[in-house]
Amino acid sequence: MGIKSSLESFGQYCVFMARVFSVPEKWKIFFRKLVQEITKLGMDSIPLVAIISVFIGAVITIQMQLNIISPLVPSYSVGLATREIVLLEFSSSILCLILAGKVGSNIASEIGTMRVTEQIDALEIMGVNSASFLVLPKVMAFLLFMPVLVIFSMAISMVGGYLIAMFTDMIPVSRYVYGLQALFKEWYVWYGLIKSLFFSFIISSIASYFGYYVKGGALDVGKASTNAVVTSSIMILLFDVILTKLMLQ
Amino acid sequence: MIEVKNITKSFDGKTILHDVSATFKEGITNLIIGQSGSGKTVLMKSTVGLVRPEEGEILYDGRDIMKMDNAQIKEIRKEIGMLFQGSALFDSETVLGNVMFPLQMFTKMSHAEMRDRALFCIERVNLKGADKKYPSELSGGMQKRVAIARAIALNPKYLFCDEPNSGLDPKTSILIDELLSDITKEYKITTIINTHDMNSVLGIGENIIFINKGYREWVGTKDQIYTSDNEALNDFVFATRLFKQVKNYMVEKQ
Repeated sequence: MGIKSSLESFGQYCVFMARVFSVPEKWKIFFRKLVQEITKLGMDSIPLVAIISVFIGAVITIQMQLNIISPLVPSYSVGLATREIVLLEFSSSILCLILAGKVGSNIASEIGTMRVTEQIDALEIMGVNSASFLVLPKVMAFLLFMPVLVIFSMAISMVGGYLIAMFTDMIPVSRYVYGLQALFKEWYVWYGLIKSLFFSFIISSIASYFGYYVKGGALDVGKASTNAVVTSSIMILLFDVILTKLMLQ
Repeated sequence: MIEVKNITKSFDGKTILHDVSATFKEGITNLIIGQSGSGKTVLMKSTVGLVRPEEGEILYDGRDIMKMDNAQIKEIRKEIGMLFQGSALFDSETVLGNVMFPLQMFTKMSHAEMRDRALFCIERVNLKGADKKYPSELSGGMQKRVAIARAIALNPKYLFCDEPNSGLDPKTSILIDELLSDITKEYKITTIINTHDMNSVLGIGENIIFINKGYREWVGTKDQIYTSDNEALNDFVFATRLFKQVKNYMVEKQ
């Protein structure tokens, strides 16, 4: 029963995506909505990304310093390890898990509310492809802006570690900065960016799907929002494993 | 004119509409009435194409939408205006934005032309000056009128109204009824109103279709309803003491 309903949901999701990725009826309206969504989903996420990144960067630096206590390990390893954790995992996967909560619930509740208040029916009656009209700008906006958020998070996380080096005596600033630059592999940045593109699509499309097919009232919109966050988080973790295996091995 | 011929619709094995036929005429207000759960909303949603019946024909001036593909249905929907029970206005848009929306989507008008047309529609529903307000700043009756303005913006040939008076006080309900009736005659629209408001039935019911337990039980006008001996219809329409007295008075008068 569980497998059958999961397969049905996946089929419905695929059909939904086929409707979403159709040519917009009015490009002018599409671009206007795209800009609005970039502001709402992307720009408005910058403060959250900044706060989380600076603190996580600081915590990673402290934990690296406390755990790498050996005369055999060079002191610049703290900066190096902080950089690798941030580039490989935090600023792509963990950040996207956090954004699944903020952006995913925002999308699911917005579209879900439009469904239960018949606004989506109104669009359909007018002859508008509601799936494409409502969802495509959100998916495209989040896809376009996600690399900006990831790069921003990478930079701010390292600033968090730098602040620890500067304001505590745990590690000299010069050793931390040297560690950040040592043995740098550019591919790790690309790896983080590519992963984040997959995750941004997962977040925006799954949240839109759950919102679009809400049935009932306000309570069901809340449930759909929760389901969207849980499902997209699980899918992010699953794809994290798959993409890591594919891209780093 | 819209003709519904022998439509049957089931949900989860339970038949909601049984072989229902009805004709909705142009330039008059056509009412679908019936108790909650009788199938009137399913009949309206089937007619408008939101629900697909298993059997039957739905003809829009001779064009059967049951035989149309998605592109054809999409085209015909541009001739349809619909007023939803909860108004279904777009929260993020102003009154002007809501009314201009169908014009932006389906016309090649300039912005100034669209604005003029939208302001004309807003004025037509007596909401002059409210164009900059958001739906949340309006009363229920005003929201309904904005929804009517949006529905008529593209000069529709067919207008569907799902319980336009629900949640409104009697005075506002009468205003909405009169507005719908006037617009129907003014623009010669085929208007279909789904209601269980007896004031609407006796006020603007020029062609009434009574649905009972999924069957078309009775068809007539607001004048014929007083003299009908259909038991289910009388039980439904004249359920309250007030309406029973109205019926007795009208019968004596006739």
